[in-house]
Amino acid sequence: MSRRIILAAVLAVSAGLCGQAIAQEKSIVVSSTTSTTDSGLFNHLLPIFKAKTGIEAKVVSQGTGQALDTGRRGDADVVFVHAKGQEEKFVAEGAGVKRFPVMYNDFVLIGPKSDPARVKGSKDIVGALKAIKGKSAAFISRGDKSGTHSAELNLWKQAGIDIAADKGPWYKEIGQGMGAALNTASASNSYVLSDRATWLHFKNRGELDIVVEGDNKLFNQYGVILVNPEKHKHVKKDLGQAFIDWLISPEGQKAIANYKINGQSLFFPNATAQGV
Amino acid sequence: MSEGANAFDLIFSGEAKLYSIVALSLYVSVCAVALAAFVGFPLGAFLALSRFPGRSVLVVTMNAFMGLPPVVVGLVVFLLLSRSGPLGHWGILFTPRAMIIAQALLVLPIIVALSRQTIEDLWEEYRDELNAMRVGPVRCVVTLLWDGRFSLMTTLLAGFGRASAEVGTVILVGGNIDGFTRTMTTAIALETSKGDLPLAMGLGVVLITIVLAINAMAWGVRRVGELRAG
Repeated sequence: MSRRIILAAVLAVSAGLCGQAIAQEKSIVVSSTTSTTDSGLFNHLLPIFKAKTGIEAKVVSQGTGQALDTGRRGDADVVFVHAKGQEEKFVAEGAGVKRFPVMYNDFVLIGPKSDPARVKGSKDIVGALKAIKGKSAAFISRGDKSGTHSAELNLWKQAGIDIAADKGPWYKEIGQGMGAALNTASASNSYVLSDRATWLHFKNRGELDIVVEGDNKLFNQYGVILVNPEKHKHVKKDLGQAFIDWLISPEGQKAIANYKINGQSLFFPNATAQGV
Repeated sequence: MSEGANAFDLIFSGEAKLYSIVALSLYVSVCAVALAAFVGFPLGAFLALSRFPGRSVLVVTMNAFMGLPPVVVGLVVFLLLSRSGPLGHWGILFTPRAMIIAQALLVLPIIVALSRQTIEDLWEEYRDELNAMRVGPVRCVVTLLWDGRFSLMTTLLAGFGRASAEVGTVILVGGNIDGFTRTMTTAIALETSKGDLPLAMGLGVVLITIVLAINAMAWGVRRVGELRAG
C-alpha cells in the first residue's frame, strides 16, 4: 500500500510541476510572415532588440493573411507583414492602430535551368508570366493568401491573365509556406515566385535558379502594425510600440541593413518618420 | 543555425539550443501523458467496471478517438484558447501550456481505451475473489490498476509515442516560437521548409533515438519490477 501512496504522490507532484507558470518576463507576441523567419532576419534582429530593451519578442511565422487574422483575433501584439492592401484594410477596419513601413526587398521569379518558357535573363515579369502560361510550363503557387501569393495574383492580373479561370494542370496551388513552395518547385522543376530573402537562405535548390529579377513590379514592401488595444484590452501596447519604434529608429534600420548572406543584403530599410 | 551544420555537430558541440528543444519536447509530452493518465486511468477503470446505458457508445467512441486527427484537435484547442475564443482570458495560446493541453486531449482516448481493456480482462480474473472479500468499488479500482501496472505502462508508452511524434497540434497552438514553443517535430518541419534537408533528417534521427532510449528505459524498469514482484 505504501508504494501506492508514493506513486500517487509522484503523480500529484508531477502534475503540480507541469501546471506551474513559466516565469513571465517582458515579452510580446509578433505574428509575422514565413519570409522574415525563413530568411533568418529575426534571428539577427531579436537578440539586438532584446539587449537594448530587455523585451523578448516571440515570433509566430505564418503567411501574411493568416498573420493578420492572428492579430484580428487578438492573439498577437504586433503584426509584421508584407501586403500593403491587406494591411491598410486591417488598419481601416480598426484591428490595427497605424501602419509603419519598415523595409523592402524584392520578389524574384525562380525557374529550372532548362527554362522551358525561355524567360531567363528577362527583366519583364509580366512578359515572363505570359510566356509561362503560353507554354503551360509547370508553375507552383503558394495558394495560401500570403503576401507573396497576393503579389503573384496581382502580377497575373497585370499580365491580363485571369488565373482563377485560365489555370490548367500546369498551375499548382500548394497552400503552404515559401519554403515548402520552393521545395515543391525544386522537386518538380517548376517556376515559382519567391521573395529574394527566402531564396538566398534556401538550401535545397536542385536545378532551380533566378530567371527574372529587377522589374519595378517586383518591389516588396514590409509594414509593421500594433494590434488595436481598444479592441483587445490585453495587448501589450507599450512593449509592442517599443518594438515598432525600435524597428523604424536609425538603430533598428541599421540592424536591418546589416543583415547579409554572402555579403548580399536581404532587406533594405526604408522607414519614414510618420506612419501611414 | 549556421550553414553546413548538421544535427550531430550540434549534439557533440553541446549546442544549447538543441538541448533546449529536446528538453521542451520531453517536458510537453511527459506532462501531457501525466495529465491524460491522471484523468484517463480512473476513467478507463470506471468504464471497465460499471454498466450503464450508453456505456458501449462511450467505449466505441473512445476506441475511435484513439485515431483523432491531431490537426483537428489542434484547431479546436486553438479556437478555444484564442483571445477571441471562450477561454481566451487564460492568455495561454502560443505557450507550452497550450501544447500540453492539446497533446493531453490527443493522448486521453488512448489511455482510456487501452486501460479499460486491461482492467476489464483483469476484472474477469479477479471478480470472484474481490467480491468474496467484499472489497468496495474504489479499492477494487485501485487494486486492479496496481495489478495491471505493467500493461498500463505500455499504455503510457503508447500515449507518449503519440504525443512526442505529432506535429499538427503543437505547431497550431504553440506557434513554433524559437526558444519558447519550438519542439523536435516543429523544428524538423521548419528546417524542411528552409530546404535544409540534412539538418531536418539529422533532427529526425535524434528524435527517434530519444524515443528509443525512453522505451528501453521503460522496458528495463518493467523487467526489474516483474522480477521483484515475482
